[in-house]
Amino acid sequence: MTSRAKILEKVLSNQPEAQPLPADSFTTFPAADPVQAFATVLTTIGGTFIPVSDYQSVQKYILEHFAGQRIVSTLPELAEVSEQGWENQDPHSYANVDLAVISAHFGVAENAALWITEDLMHQRAIPFICQQLAVVVNKKEIVQTMHDAYLKIGIADYGFGSFIAGPSKTADIEQSLVLGAHGPKGMTVFVMD
Amino acid sequence: MSSGTKDHAALSDIFNKDEERVDWHDETLWFVRAKRDKAAHNIPEWEALRESASLIKNNVLSNLHNYLIEFEEQAQKNGVTVHWAVDAAEHNQIVHAILKEHGVNRLIKSKSMLTEECHLNEYLKQNDIEVVDTDLGERIVQLAQEPPSHIVLPCIHKKKEEIGELFHEHLGTPEGMSDPVFLTAAAREHLRETFLTRKAAITGVNFAVAETGEFVVCTNEGNADMGAHLADVHIACMGIEKIIPKRKNLGVFLRLLTRSATGQPITTYSSHFKKPRPGQQMHLVLVDNGRTTQLSRPDFRNSLKCIRCAACMNTCPVYRRSGGHSYHTAVAGPIGSILAPNLDMKEYSDLPFASTLCGSCSNVCPVKINIHEQLYKWRQVIVKEGYADPTKKLAMKAMEFTLSSPFVYKNAGKVGRWFMKHAPFTVNNKLNLWYQHREMPAVPKESFGEWYKKNKKND
Repeated sequence: MTSRAKILEKVLSNQPEAQPLPADSFTTFPAADPVQAFATVLTTIGGTFIPVSDYQSVQKYILEHFAGQRIVSTLPELAEVSEQGWENQDPHSYANVDLAVISAHFGVAENAALWITEDLMHQRAIPFICQQLAVVVNKKEIVQTMHDAYLKIGIADYGFGSFIAGPSKTADIEQSLVLGAHGPKGMTVFVMD
Repeated sequence: MSSGTKDHAALSDIFNKDEERVDWHDETLWFVRAKRDKAAHNIPEWEALRESASLIKNNVLSNLHNYLIEFEEQAQKNGVTVHWAVDAAEHNQIVHAILKEHGVNRLIKSKSMLTEECHLNEYLKQNDIEVVDTDLGERIVQLAQEPPSHIVLPCIHKKKEEIGELFHEHLGTPEGMSDPVFLTAAAREHLRETFLTRKAAITGVNFAVAETGEFVVCTNEGNADMGAHLADVHIACMGIEKIIPKRKNLGVFLRLLTRSATGQPITTYSSHFKKPRPGQQMHLVLVDNGRTTQLSRPDFRNSLKCIRCAACMNTCPVYRRSGGHSYHTAVAGPIGSILAPNLDMKEYSDLPFASTLCGSCSNVCPVKINIHEQLYKWRQVIVKEGYADPTKKLAMKAMEFTLSSPFVYKNAGKVGRWFMKHAPFTVNNKLNLWYQHREMPAVPKESFGEWYKKNKKND
């Protein structure tokens, strides 16, 4: 008998009587202003909240803060300030990317997480290997809680997707919070009107 | 992990030798517990969420057979290779075989308590394969050649000065440097180089969705993602109980997990791995290792609902003052004490007794496992099966003898009082565990029974 068959047989004979799934959970206490709630949480977890009205302002911000650094972006609107033709390299070659600018499907007010799937990253390694991450999200796309987030994702197909909330961090040394464990040391979120 | 012949009490004695450190450990974990409280109180529907999570997990356990089949089918459709391991040995062999097939002798691993449970690192080392743990806390204990002492905060027992020394020795940081920001930056540099040069990555799994075949890995550091997205081969290892039915159930669990663990609203990264990236191989190992046996025990099966948040450890007055290593098992604390006896009742017979049964663990558990009740039930099973500590058995027998006879009871009290008064050394000595940390009370002139008789007459 294969291990698979052995395990499945033992599970079947040992599992308790059928118990139903509970009713779905929904957002019961929505924030009055989800964008404001998102901004507050993002700042608390070490991210930077930048409201913008167009890509011009995003470009301006990037030039002000990251001029002269290696910048890659998945957004054609930022072609002027970012490297071209970076997408199809070996992912290891992104280790020296200073800033990656990508977009998110939506953000979540309760925890400042942004839902980003593979198609928005071009390369899965990008949001993790860069020194600084910036994400553009539409102001209308801030949902209340994780329940709304999964309602929005629905049955979407993707190879890889991640909720990203703030910069990489650790508190493993005596509970002292340090930003930039392995991934980005900072995260800027451009929330567009 | 074997502790030789030492049990929880003996190992706690070692930890308790440094009183200042015990206080510090206690306060640090209570600080984490307090952060959990604050996060939970920010969610008015917290109790409804716990109830929902508990019911979803009950459903999972009652339908695990079909969910496992559904999960496997979906994962295979997504291009993931699924393996099944009945025990730790088979799990280790499967991982080894995959690495051998790809000619890999160096790999990186993000946090996986399952691989700790299976002693994968030791096994691979014996087979000349180098494993580098990439979670900062795990890397620290790995350099110190110790197991993690906590499932979320692996090196919570270590002071920054000790970590500074370890880094000085292994990573070449300046001697005496113990600033957490500096040390973290040093580890980042050292591990970046490792990430960039390893071809295989092992990760754990927090949740696996039957409906879609995807699995979710949560980290704050980003180490699971750094490893998996740069490696040619990604091996994810999970216990069969990590299955959840639907993708939307993640909404409930991701709201609870990190708030319960560290008080954060969510981990920095909640990554959903569904398909390997082009050119990559993705393997998933489903491990039983005693879980189906636990599933057969009605009193203990719901311990399998655990989502490994460690809230029960942070709140436990015994864990906080005895340290994770005193539990001599991969998962320490209250939850570990109800999981471990299932794996080896004799080896872990001491653990269900390492509790005050105060119930705080059950109160904070996000999936409502009745941990303290199971601790109490394990005690009964362990005594019945003959695995109880012999001195404990002797003491219970003496109690039974004394309490079952009014004559013996009355006279035992008198004898005891006489000895305490006239021969205190018979009580005030090292053999008496009660005397170790406290003075014995002053001897009363009479027993309550005698006092009552006298005062009743005076009525």
